[in-house]
Amino acid sequence: MDYFLQLFLSGLTKGSIYALIALGYTMVYGIIQLINFAHGEIYMIGAFTALIVASVLTILGFSGLSILILAGIAAVIYSSAYGYTMEKIAYRPLRNAPRLSPLISAIGMSIFLQNYVLLAQTSDFLPFPALIPEFEFLKPVSHIMSSAELVIILSSAVIMVLLTFFIKFTRMGKAMRATAQDKKMARLVGIDVDKVISLTFIVGSSLAALGGILIASHIGQINFYIGFIAGIKAFTAAVLGGIGSIPGAVLGALILGWTESFATGYVSSDYEDVFAFALLVLILIFRPAGILGKSSAQKV
Amino acid sequence: MKQNDQTLPVLEVKGLTMDFGGLRAVDHVDMEIQNGEIVALIGPNGAGKTTFFNCITGIYTPTSGDIIVHTKFGEKRINGKKPNQVTELGLARTFQNIRLFPNMTVLENVMIGRHCRTKAKVIGALLRDPGTRKEEKDAAAVSYGILEKIGLTHLANEMASNLPYGAQRKLEIARALATEPVLLLLDEPAAGMNPQETEELTGLIREIRDQDKIAILLIEHDMKLVMNLSDRIYVMDHGQRIAAGTPMEIKNNPEVIKAYLGEEADA
Repeated sequence: MDYFLQLFLSGLTKGSIYALIALGYTMVYGIIQLINFAHGEIYMIGAFTALIVASVLTILGFSGLSILILAGIAAVIYSSAYGYTMEKIAYRPLRNAPRLSPLISAIGMSIFLQNYVLLAQTSDFLPFPALIPEFEFLKPVSHIMSSAELVIILSSAVIMVLLTFFIKFTRMGKAMRATAQDKKMARLVGIDVDKVISLTFIVGSSLAALGGILIASHIGQINFYIGFIAGIKAFTAAVLGGIGSIPGAVLGALILGWTESFATGYVSSDYEDVFAFALLVLILIFRPAGILGKSSAQKV
Repeated sequence: MKQNDQTLPVLEVKGLTMDFGGLRAVDHVDMEIQNGEIVALIGPNGAGKTTFFNCITGIYTPTSGDIIVHTKFGEKRINGKKPNQVTELGLARTFQNIRLFPNMTVLENVMIGRHCRTKAKVIGALLRDPGTRKEEKDAAAVSYGILEKIGLTHLANEMASNLPYGAQRKLEIARALATEPVLLLLDEPAAGMNPQETEELTGLIREIRDQDKIAILLIEHDMKLVMNLSDRIYVMDHGQRIAAGTPMEIKNNPEVIKAYLGEEADA
């Protein structure tokens, strides 16, 4: 039972991180129907920013939780700036181009950012400090759940609740939904659609950056390539849940996290990816629009 | 026939021309709409009426000519402005084919219209400061008031896509009103409506003009509605303005009969 619980929680942790990244994929897709393949790189840049800021703060004598918070803020700001700029230079000029063009632009952006970090930093794995402190009260159950896992699960949950609230009830959230449903009409009721799209990239990038710092601190090492793998997994999660749907992205991410965790625990860690992608294939065969996606009948 | 003594123009269009490649869809059209006036734009299919609307609302940038809106901030030339900027200056429109936000409730659809009249930013939305909260409350209250006037309050929490056709048309008008326009542009508001619904709509349009002092420009094929409602009528054919005047004048204009009513009589 302990073993099961342990796997369950580590799956939940993984799923939470996937969810934070998948939300960015799904929001961007919902609003401009683009699979932003460079989204994983934003997550990677978030982790690198956090590492640099955390190192500086450690030298300056800050400690534990305050480093985590300050590095988190820095990562969010820096990654948002990247997301915002990326949209402006790589996607906005192609807004009215055929859908394949921005997709290729996104792949280009992904390769560019990976190599940029490779050159600017290093190709080696860098150790990432464990910024999340060990909690005393978790000591008795430390074989089941670590402090890092608890922090990741709780903070992801809080972030997702805030996001849902933001999209559902606030003025900008409504503008986002309106833009996703009908861009031209949104313009005509006075919404600055370009601003809303920029905001979507900023929000998505912030979530990815938070995911980056949380997981890096949990796993303990990063390199320029982590964004690619995390990006593919999060993309899988978004498609699994139904791309464009926000609850779908979260659900898909959790299912993916658990699948990987249980496959690793009960079968073999070699099969982690096999199970994850086999699940994707199955879902796509039986529910092509994803678990929560609406399958619209094609008019012929 | 004007019921309003104010003769300040709301919209002035001078020599508006729109070319699509070699095709001239709108050819040097002039128009002036006074405060609180109901003006109809009629003409056979393909005359360029909707293109004219699209130029005015910023969807197309006209090839040449001037579009000037008189707002409380003075005269503004709106050629080449983005649709959201045009809306902010006080022009709102509805579409020939209904374009609501289908996955939002009726109330949310109207509240979206308040977007450009409110200003809460992301930070405020998350911090829930009193200013933001008051603004959101006000937006909901104003939107509800508009639904009350249009007669849709009982459907406020329905999804827009579940509404019957007539109600969807009304909701489009409600959403347009929420942007606080000085001029409301209606593109075939009575299309697909039965006689009773058309009657209701006529009353509603008149009410909007009388109570809210909003000028109205409408494209419509229902001649009974046009003749009943309009203070003045403009007639377009092949992109050109071929006549302008009161309903009486238009009815008796031989050009119009030839280009437009004549065709109808044959059909």
